[in-house]
Amino acid sequence: MSNLVSGRTGDWEVVIGLEVHAQVTSKAKLFSGASASFGAAPNENVSLVDAAMPGMLPVINRECVYQAIRTGLGLKAKINLKSVFDRKNYFYADLPQGYQISQFKDPVVGEGVLRIVLADGSTRDIGIERLHLEQDAGKSMHDQHPSKSYIDLNRTGIALMEIVSRPDMRSSAEAASYVRKLRSILRYLETCDGNMEEGSLRADVNVSVRRPGEPLGTRTETKNLNSLRFIQLAIDHEVVRQIEVLEDGGEIDQETRLFDISTGATRTMRSKEDAHDYRYFPDPDLLPMVVTQDEVDELASCLPELPDDIRDRLIGNYGLSAYDASVITEERETALYYEAASNNADRKLVANWMTVELFGALNKSGQSLTDCLVSPKMLSALVGLISDGTISGRIAKDVFCEMFETGKDAATVVEEKGLKQVSDSDEIEVLIDEVLAANQDKVLEYRSGKDKLFGFFVGQVMKASRGQANPGMVNETLRIKLDVSS
Amino acid sequence: MAVDKTIVAKIARLARINVPDERLEPLAAELNGILNWIAELDELKTDHVAPLASVTDHALPMRDDVVTDGNCLDDILSNVPESASGFFVVPKVVE
Repeated sequence: MSNLVSGRTGDWEVVIGLEVHAQVTSKAKLFSGASASFGAAPNENVSLVDAAMPGMLPVINRECVYQAIRTGLGLKAKINLKSVFDRKNYFYADLPQGYQISQFKDPVVGEGVLRIVLADGSTRDIGIERLHLEQDAGKSMHDQHPSKSYIDLNRTGIALMEIVSRPDMRSSAEAASYVRKLRSILRYLETCDGNMEEGSLRADVNVSVRRPGEPLGTRTETKNLNSLRFIQLAIDHEVVRQIEVLEDGGEIDQETRLFDISTGATRTMRSKEDAHDYRYFPDPDLLPMVVTQDEVDELASCLPELPDDIRDRLIGNYGLSAYDASVITEERETALYYEAASNNADRKLVANWMTVELFGALNKSGQSLTDCLVSPKMLSALVGLISDGTISGRIAKDVFCEMFETGKDAATVVEEKGLKQVSDSDEIEVLIDEVLAANQDKVLEYRSGKDKLFGFFVGQVMKASRGQANPGMVNETLRIKLDVSS
Repeated sequence: MAVDKTIVAKIARLARINVPDERLEPLAAELNGILNWIAELDELKTDHVAPLASVTDHALPMRDDVVTDGNCLDDILSNVPESASGFFVVPKVVE
């Protein structure tokens, strides 16, 4: 699959690497005992450590370290038993310490890999360079006052995992797949809630372009994108901009850019002369962090089954299509729903019903799976009714709509509405005789060779039965009556 | 290692310390004195020694994931020049 972008003067290859900041799911912050919950009143979840009062010392939260290790294991990455925290120095009003505690040279997690599924169904491995722990900054509000900024430090010091990819992506669609997959894994592992709207997951994108086969071009970094759509838009805009600059004979400045949501364009945030010099050095307040192989093994033994493994199992053992398997495993809730619904039912049929009818209805109503009235058990029962011939697939769609609206189970809806499939051969025969009697002219035409009319008769019989006749039996009986008695 | 006026000015700017022009030259001389003294360490052979992040042999102590702190708005804001509705208020900073 070629991902080249054509410019005025020939083709260009796009090279993308991502730095994703994922907020660690934990009760308390990375280095203080203040709450890491979202939505508190301003500066409520702030301790003297977070506010960087003189003399306060950081003490690391073990659970945050374990969450980083779990994530590393989920990315099949090397876990570094010894890692070091460094200070990244810069001044900003929402960073009271004057430095961010981060990991520079020796991160807790090293190289790993993440498999993405491309549009054509094929898969590709994207390299993970590292994952390290660091503190989040506070929040500045610039729109409350004409000449002042308002600062809330609730987010200050909450644990973040910075997950850095290799520059292995070649299009904005691949970058979006990467983030979607990473988010899915984090949510399976329950190490980050993945809520992009609340800022729990945000990405910085590094983009450069080059002529195919040539060395890497100069890259720009666009910061703080908090939706899949913005990630794609920012990359697409940056690609077009860079190609234009290069084709006009210009050069790309290595710089940090901002994505403007209102215009869909990126613009310079900091120029090169102003580039930050972070002066990293090991934080003298923190000893090197050591975890044991036993701890890592223990964490590994408690990991849940991950989406790739479930997907392989659904395809390999249950014969699902690659598409259905991918859709079902993208979210953990969906995978759990599927397992529960298909446990005692036709696995493929349940998959079909989930991806088409259930997801369709959820999309239309804007509901999520968790507040859906149709439980896995109810869907399983509905599919059971189709499998044993009680209702036809077409009738089942009506039954499903009713279930989705009212929360009644399938058997009740079928009973109340009298939707049971007619599989009684006498009844079907009566219906057919009626239809044939009412359409004598068509019967003659059919018998004189107009085969296509067969479908017309099937339609008439199904209509007469209000869709409830067993279609297989209708076909069979019609065939006999029309062909044999001629 | 030679530090000149330009480097001193850059370090001062990064540290947000206001250094008047006439102090740059003397500061460069002072810093060079310190750096030259530390450079004596270069005489030691350290080719096979891993960089040291800490001089003690202890590992990092860890805390449990329990909320034990916070909810001390008055303490947090007790030294601020300006606050409003629980926020710190600072001169507008937009990059």
